[in-house]
Amino acid sequence: MDALKNFFATRKGIIFVGLIIGILAPILQKLGNPPNMGICVACMERDIAGALGFHRASVVQYLRPEIIGFVLGAFLSAISLKEFRPRGGSAPFIRFILGVFAMIGALVFLGCPWRTLLRLAGGDGNAIFGLLGLAFGIWIGTRFLKAGYSLGRTQLSQSKAMGLGFPLLMFGLLILLLIDPKPEGEARGMLLFYSLKGPGSQHAPLFISLAVGLIIGILAQRSRFCTMGAFRDLILFKQGHLFSGVAALFLAAIITNLILGQFNPGFEKQPISHSMQLWNFLGMSLAGLAFTLAGGCPGRQLFMAGEGDGDAAIFATGMIVGAAVAHNFGLASSPAGIGPNGAIATAIGLIVCVIIGFTMRRR
Amino acid sequence: MAEIVDAKGLSCPEPVLLTLEAIKRLDKGEIEILVDTDTSKENVSRAASSMGWSIVDIITEGSGYRIKIKKE
Repeated sequence: MDALKNFFATRKGIIFVGLIIGILAPILQKLGNPPNMGICVACMERDIAGALGFHRASVVQYLRPEIIGFVLGAFLSAISLKEFRPRGGSAPFIRFILGVFAMIGALVFLGCPWRTLLRLAGGDGNAIFGLLGLAFGIWIGTRFLKAGYSLGRTQLSQSKAMGLGFPLLMFGLLILLLIDPKPEGEARGMLLFYSLKGPGSQHAPLFISLAVGLIIGILAQRSRFCTMGAFRDLILFKQGHLFSGVAALFLAAIITNLILGQFNPGFEKQPISHSMQLWNFLGMSLAGLAFTLAGGCPGRQLFMAGEGDGDAAIFATGMIVGAAVAHNFGLASSPAGIGPNGAIATAIGLIVCVIIGFTMRRR
Repeated sequence: MAEIVDAKGLSCPEPVLLTLEAIKRLDKGEIEILVDTDTSKENVSRAASSMGWSIVDIITEGSGYRIKIKKE
């Protein structure tokens, strides 16, 4: 077991995980997920917010099983290898706020870091500006880290129950999804909301989505795969360990897209994207900064939540609430461009994150 | 007497940042880093190795680890 444990901590291990994710994401798209959205942690959490009725944007409502799989896969992996450590209490409300604004930034661009890479791997040139914004936001975050930024120490919980909260919530949502499927031609089950058209209506078969989510959850927990950390470590330490995983994901996704006929290069009419490049850049700058200040990309936060990290669970919850705010108040973008209040929300988010960066100090 | 870096409970990448600060300050000698997750254990070990320090020992302590690193 130790040999396996060590493999995933090696360069080969993280590259292996990146390759698997890069192959599985376009396959999920082929099997029904929205274009260039085989996996998008932000979009999928946004769809979950819609499925629960937290926002009522009718085209993005589906309780995505991939997210459930991410958390439960990481949970099973952590439990079976004795890495499950219930913990929490490191500036939880600040992490919640960071989660809210991370989601708002991601929805101004229309994608999390995972989808940024997948959009690029599908030929969407607009994602270049998102990627540059992501790197810029992370760079700002590393300046704060160098200056002593810290959200303080987390506490190990005496009770296992604390760390079980988020995985159990996900398990509960899975049960709900299984007993409350979409009625034919209707947008509402007993409780859950569904989409009749748009991205929310596009999805791979439930059990395939769940299985892929579980596999990625397990692999990412073992390897500590993190898209934000990839850029952060490169900028901060000139260390390319995590970056090689992200590069592998990108290359594998391009090749898989080429094989599946899903590579369509260009800037115009790209699926679920817009060409307002300044806001693509600034939206992802906000998201990148918020992820850096919170210590993980949205995927990594879910995997840590599965390991019992209550602070990561709060961040993920913040992202789901952020999705509701973004769609209820016209902050989220659409293929037509940014929402009526997207620009002001991005500006407020950047100001709030910079204030957090300046005020939360280790010394 | 080894320098002790207490990185327990800190988020990524703070344990690595604190370790690298200590490495810069000491140049050589012995450092013990306390962490409480496997992720931090791996990250700190990787960073120390990349700076040319050797991992002398990793001791399980409570629910975390004490990582001993050294440079002659």
